[in-house]
Amino acid sequence: MYLLRRAWAEARNEVFVLPSRTLVLVWAAGLLLLPLVYSDAYVLRILTMTCLFAIFAASWDLLAGYTGQVNFGHALFFGAGAYGSALASLKLGVSPWLTVWLGAAIAALFGYLSGYLCLRLRGSYLSLATLAFPLIGLGLLFAFPDFSGGELGVSGVQRMIVGPVANYYIACVSMLVVVFGLWLVADSRFGIVLHAIRDDEVAARASGINTPRYKLAVFALSAAAAGFAGALFAHYLRVAGPSTLEVALSFQVVIWGIFGGVATIYGPVVAVFILYPLTEYLGSFKQFGELRLLIFAVIVLLVLLFMPRGLAPWVRDKIESQCPRCKQRNGTWRSVCRLCGAPLKSQVTRSERLVSHQ
Amino acid sequence: MLQDILVTGLVNGGVYALLAIGFSLIFGVARIVNIAHTGFYMLAAYCFYTLLTRFGIGFALAGVISVIAVTLLSLVCYRLVIEPVREHESAVLISTIALGLIFQELMLFSYGGNFLGVPSTIEGMVRVGGVSIPYQRLLILVVAAVMLVTTWLFLYRTRVGLAIRATANDLEVANLMGMNVHRMAMVTVAFSVGLAAIAGVVATPVTSVHPFMWLDPLVTMLAIVVLGGLGSLKGSIIGALVIAYVEAITVFTLPEGAHLKGAIALGIMVAVLLARPEGLFGVAFEEER
Repeated sequence: MYLLRRAWAEARNEVFVLPSRTLVLVWAAGLLLLPLVYSDAYVLRILTMTCLFAIFAASWDLLAGYTGQVNFGHALFFGAGAYGSALASLKLGVSPWLTVWLGAAIAALFGYLSGYLCLRLRGSYLSLATLAFPLIGLGLLFAFPDFSGGELGVSGVQRMIVGPVANYYIACVSMLVVVFGLWLVADSRFGIVLHAIRDDEVAARASGINTPRYKLAVFALSAAAAGFAGALFAHYLRVAGPSTLEVALSFQVVIWGIFGGVATIYGPVVAVFILYPLTEYLGSFKQFGELRLLIFAVIVLLVLLFMPRGLAPWVRDKIESQCPRCKQRNGTWRSVCRLCGAPLKSQVTRSERLVSHQ
Repeated sequence: MLQDILVTGLVNGGVYALLAIGFSLIFGVARIVNIAHTGFYMLAAYCFYTLLTRFGIGFALAGVISVIAVTLLSLVCYRLVIEPVREHESAVLISTIALGLIFQELMLFSYGGNFLGVPSTIEGMVRVGGVSIPYQRLLILVVAAVMLVTTWLFLYRTRVGLAIRATANDLEVANLMGMNVHRMAMVTVAFSVGLAAIAGVVATPVTSVHPFMWLDPLVTMLAIVVLGGLGSLKGSIIGALVIAYVEAITVFTLPEGAHLKGAIALGIMVAVLLARPEGLFGVAFEEER
C-alpha cells in the first residue's frame, strides 16, 4: 500500500505535471495494452515494423543529432545486424534468441570500424563518406552470391517466436527498452559530452575530453542498437535481403530523424510512429498505392516549411514552456514555475525581469 | 580492351564531371548539399524523351527546351522549398532528399517503371586505333568539354563568376562588399542544374530512362566530389576522371566487375579520405565557429 501511494505520488509529481511526459506514458501503456483489445494481424504487423524502425531511427539520432556525426549510411549497421544474425542462425543453427545479440555485436564492430575511418572527417565530408559504406557492402554482397544469396538475400530464417501477438510484444518491449536506454545515455554525463563534441569539438578537446574515444564509443553504441533492430527485422520477416543496405533506407532514417526533430531521441521515434503507419495506410488504397512515397515526401516538405526544427520540439514548445529562471519545463497552463515559483508569462515588464534575475 | 577502357572512362568521366561540378558549385556558394541534383538530371532525360518520341521535335530543339525547362523548374523549387528553410542546414538537406523522391515518384506515376530508350542523336560510328566509337559517345565528349570550358570562362572571366567565387570563398565578407548573396545563390543553382540537365540530355541515348536512374549517378557524383575536395572545380574534374577510369577498369577486367565497380570506386574514395580528409584538392579549413 505504501509503495502504491509512493508510486502514485511520484507519478503525479513527476509525470502528470508535464503534458509531454503524460503523453509518453499514455503512448507506452497504449502500445503494451493494444493487443489485448485489438489484435488484427495486419495492424500488429505494421506496428511491429514501426517499433523496429523506431529503434533504428533513435539510434541514428544518438549519432547524428547528439554527436553531430550526420551519418548517411546508417543502413550499413541495420544490414550488418540483419545479415549477421540471419547467417549465424542459418549456417550455424544457433537459436535466434542468441544470434540477435551476435548481430548487434557485428553491427557494433562495423560501427567501430566506420567510426575509425571517419575520425578525421567533419560535417558534409563525413556525411558523404558514410554514404559510401553500405554501398561498398552491397557491392560485396552481390559479388559473392554463394555466401550472401545475392539479390535474393538470406531467406528461410527462423522466427524467434510464433504468432503475431508474441512477435509484436518482442518488438514493442525491445523498442521501449532500447529507446529508453538510449534516452538515458543521451541524458547522462556521456550525453552532455556528445553535445559538446557536436557544438565545438576543438573546445571539447581543449577541456580535456578524449573526443576520438567518445566518437568511437558512440559509433559502436549507435551501430549496436541499429544492428539489434536489423537482427529482429531479419528474424521477423524471415529474410535478410539487400534492401536492408539500400540508399533508400539510409535516406529514410535521415528523413525520420530530421522530421521528428534531431537531438531528442523521442523525436525520431514520434516521426516513425507517424510516418511509417501513414505510408502503409496510404499504400493500402488502390488509387493511392503508387502515390505513397510522393505523398510521404510532400508531407515531409510541408511540415518542415512550418516547423524547420522538427515536429516533436515544435509540439513540445506549444504545450510546455521553459522557466526563465531555473530552466525547468512547465505546462503552458501554469502562470508560475512549478519548482521555483518564478512568473512564466511575459506580462512582467523588462525591468522586473532584470530584477528577478539578480 | 585497353581502348575500350580509355574511351568508356573518358566518356563517363565527362558526364560525371558535369554533374560533380554543378553539385560542387552549389555546395560552395550556397552551402546546400543538393541531393536532388541528379533528380534534375533525370527530369531532363524524361523531358528530352517526351519531346522526342511523343511530340517529334528535332534533337537540338528538344535538348534546348528540356535544359531551359529543367533550369526554370530548379529556380521554382529553390524559391518554394529551399529558400524558406535556408538557416536550418538539416531541413535543407531533408528538403532536397524529399525533392528527389518527389521527382522519382512523379515520373514513376506518369511514365511507369519501364526502361525507356531514346534513339541516338547521331547514328554511326568512327574507328579510331582499332576501336569503334559511336558518334553519340563522341558527342557526349564534345559537349562535356565545351561545357567545362564554358564553366571555366563563366567563373573566371565574368563579373558574375567573380562574385560567385567570392561568395564561395567567404559568404559574409562577400555580402559586406555589396554582392547580393541570395541572387548569387540563385544564379549558381540555375547554372549548376543547367549543367546537370545538359548531362542528362546528352547521356540519355547511351543509358536508358527510368525513374530510379538518379540514384546511381548520385552516389558516384558524391564520391567524386568528396574525392576531389568539396567546392573545388579542378578536384571535381580530376575526381570524375579517376572514378570513371576505375569503374571502367573494374568492369572490363574483373569477372564480377559490374557489381563491384561501385564498391571499388567508393573504396578508393574512402582510401583518399583517410590520407587527405579534405579530398585531393580541397582546402583544409579551420573549423568554423
